Amino acid sequence: MRYSGSVLSVSGVTKRFGGLVAVDNLSFDVSEHEVMGIIGPNGSGKTTMLNMISGVFKPSMGVISMKGGRISDLPAQEIARRGVGRTFQLVRLLPTMSVLENVVAGAVFGHRRRWGREAEDQAHQMLERVGLEAMAFAPISSLTYIDQKRLELARVLAGDPEVLLLDEWLAGLNPTELETGIELIQDLRREGRTIILVEHVMDAIRSLCDRCVVMSSGVKIAEGTPDDVLSDREVIRAYLGDDDA
Amino acid sequence: MKVASWKELGIAALIALLAALVPLVFDAYWLSVSVTAMMYIALCTSWALFSGPTHYISLATGAFFGIGGYLVGTGMSDYEVSFWVMAAISPIVATLLAALIGLATLRLSGVYFVIFTLGLAEMIRNLVSWIQNNFLGSRGLYVLTDFTESHIYWMLLIIACFVYLLGWLVARSRLGFALKIIGNDEAVAKHVGINTAMSKVILFMTTGFFAALVGAVIAPRYTYIEPNQVFSPELSFLVVIMALLGGAGRLWGPLVGVIPFTLIWEFVSIQAPNSTTLFLGVVFLLIVYVLPHGFVGRIEQLNKKLREGRS
Amino acid sequence: MDILVSGLLLAGTYALVAMGLNLQYGVARIMNLANGEMLVLGALASFWLFVSAEISPLLAIFLVAPLSFAGNWLIYRFLLRPLVKRSKSQGQLEVDSILATFGMSFILVGLMLSIHGAYFTYEFLTQPITILGSIVALNRFIAFLIAVAIGASLYLWLNHTRPGTAVRAVAVSPEAAGLVGIDVAKMSAIAFAIGGAVTAVGGALISTFITLDASIGIIFTMKALIIVIMGGVGDIRGAIVAAIILGIVETAVATLIDPGLTLAAAYLIFLLILLFRPQGIFGRRPT
Repeated sequence: MRYSGSVLSVSGVTKRFGGLVAVDNLSFDVSEHEVMGIIGPNGSGKTTMLNMISGVFKPSMGVISMKGGRISDLPAQEIARRGVGRTFQLVRLLPTMSVLENVVAGAVFGHRRRWGREAEDQAHQMLERVGLEAMAFAPISSLTYIDQKRLELARVLAGDPEVLLLDEWLAGLNPTELETGIELIQDLRREGRTIILVEHVMDAIRSLCDRCVVMSSGVKIAEGTPDDVLSDREVIRAYLGDDDA
Repeated sequence: MKVASWKELGIAALIALLAALVPLVFDAYWLSVSVTAMMYIALCTSWALFSGPTHYISLATGAFFGIGGYLVGTGMSDYEVSFWVMAAISPIVATLLAALIGLATLRLSGVYFVIFTLGLAEMIRNLVSWIQNNFLGSRGLYVLTDFTESHIYWMLLIIACFVYLLGWLVARSRLGFALKIIGNDEAVAKHVGINTAMSKVILFMTTGFFAALVGAVIAPRYTYIEPNQVFSPELSFLVVIMALLGGAGRLWGPLVGVIPFTLIWEFVSIQAPNSTTLFLGVVFLLIVYVLPHGFVGRIEQLNKKLREGRS
Repeated sequence: MDILVSGLLLAGTYALVAMGLNLQYGVARIMNLANGEMLVLGALASFWLFVSAEISPLLAIFLVAPLSFAGNWLIYRFLLRPLVKRSKSQGQLEVDSILATFGMSFILVGLMLSIHGAYFTYEFLTQPITILGSIVALNRFIAFLIAVAIGASLYLWLNHTRPGTAVRAVAVSPEAAGLVGIDVAKMSAIAFAIGGAVTAVGGALISTFITLDASIGIIFTMKALIIVIMGGVGDIRGAIVAAIILGIVETAVATLIDPGLTLAAAYLIFLLILLFRPQGIFGRRPT
């Protein structure tokens, strides 16, 4: 069931780093419960766009709003408190803290401020959700790569995010892990979460995304359902060059 | 810092009780050394509360300490205000200054903070000297009270206990948790909703408060207060050395650093007074290359290896 | 007008010292708190050569520069490189290098105090000359000229030679520089060594017109740091502009208000920079 109001709205957003234009006049909307994919060849500005949504940078121009309220000029912690949660391209865990503490960290400071027993219960629930409950008291160093990613996801979920930003979350996984990973995101999708995915893995995009925005060199070159955009000539040219279009 | 337990608090209380007996047992010389040690225990533990979890090296201790001593001196000498009132006012002034410095520098990386606090004591000393020489006339600031060394010792002990208690409470609180996360990965801290700048500033303010309070309380010991002596960059360095030597990762780490260092420092100051600077330099290098997490850190590392070796 | 001229001349030497620190922090990523002591060492060497062997400071420079180059190279290679290798993040390296160089500065001060505990100064080219209507001492003017000459050659080397460009590449991004085949460790060591040499030469020049003592290094470190940050880390033009501002402001404060407030004035400038433009005038990276 799709609702008409858009949860996240990106409007005319541009980001310049000195002379380099990383994102150029990008606009798109994400509706509630939708899974939006941002795809494109390397260096097209996808992660930069995600970074602007989560507050790592401010846009040079344009506005990003969430449920009507402008978030593009807020610091990252404010945006997190509004309910935006993200994972990082290179997994960022808290190395001196236990697995459980890492997840509790996500639960304490978000828009549902939990503490003590409540926060721990929430953390255990999230660990179960991602399939890591058995490792709750294991040291961080013993986690495999997919487990680390799952832990980071659990931390983000512990904050009850309204919008979930996944930055190439499926990258670097072997085929078995990839299956598990896609299943997990499918679960989240079935729960009705709003998700923005930056991805390269085509299978995942086809099976998970409701809609996609395709970027190339900072510009939006296509928007639509995965089937539509992945057969679009411009998109094929951007990925593979002229010969295959 | 690991979440402190009630057991730790109990042990600390016991140690504090034992410490309270010192003036009744030691002779005048050792009591004097103990007063110095207690002063550093309070200063270093308060310092480590902030610099331990955030890894921001604060060299502002000398400036805050000086504010405590100087305001007590000025208040009592020039304005006939009682010691207790001045001892209550000066920490508040220092806390405000700490808030200002914190807001200006703690949103930036640690380097700017260190550099700024490096010159702070020196700068305030220059400023205060200038004001005193040009506007107030170079009169001496006398702090005359009825306090004995024992009284000062007990006052410092009480302050040290409060600092420890504060550290214990913070470690179990949201703020303590937030600081731990900040120390692990500041980007993650921001993304889970922590206002990293405010957390750092609030904690930094407590170091200003306590350093000034200690400066105020110990002023009666010197009797005569001079800006050159009370705004001491050297104090800042000594606090950093002792806290890091013991280990800033635990609440009782600084304690472990202060006691042996105070004794060695006494020795060096008397036997080889021209080599004190050299000695400090060597200890700094010792900390960086041999004991990066202090004695406590090294001992815990060894413990861990032993435990892992056994299992 | 006097203030401008004096300030400008002072700025020349300040700029040289700041360039030294810029190389060390901007390229080797070492926040060298012993920078001031390196300056004082250069000054002390110059003093000693003049007083005992009547060697002109202008010649002493040719001895001071290579010696300090070698000394700094050794310091980097044996004391600082291990820190670079063991640190897991830029932040940790900064903390470690601050503490380590701090320790070094204490050791250097301690050693210098035992060699020569008192103030040292000497008379060299103290005749007054007139520039733009102001009367200044000749030694300040000569120091300025030499500082400009060295600064200019440094600029040319950095921008028009291969090793210089390699050094600049490391300043921008050590990872990327490594990927294009630059030996980052070697370049960092060279940059650090040149930085130290430049600072020591600056010290030799300063000793001709300012009275120094073993413990004054820290003041110079502070000023160099303020200039580097104000100009933007790693930026040579920025350091020059910032040095000029500091030189003029300092001279103005010393002349018009009180010489004892020069540090406070520099501090105020620093605070304003931190509040409003922490990346410095020409800085690229916002922290």
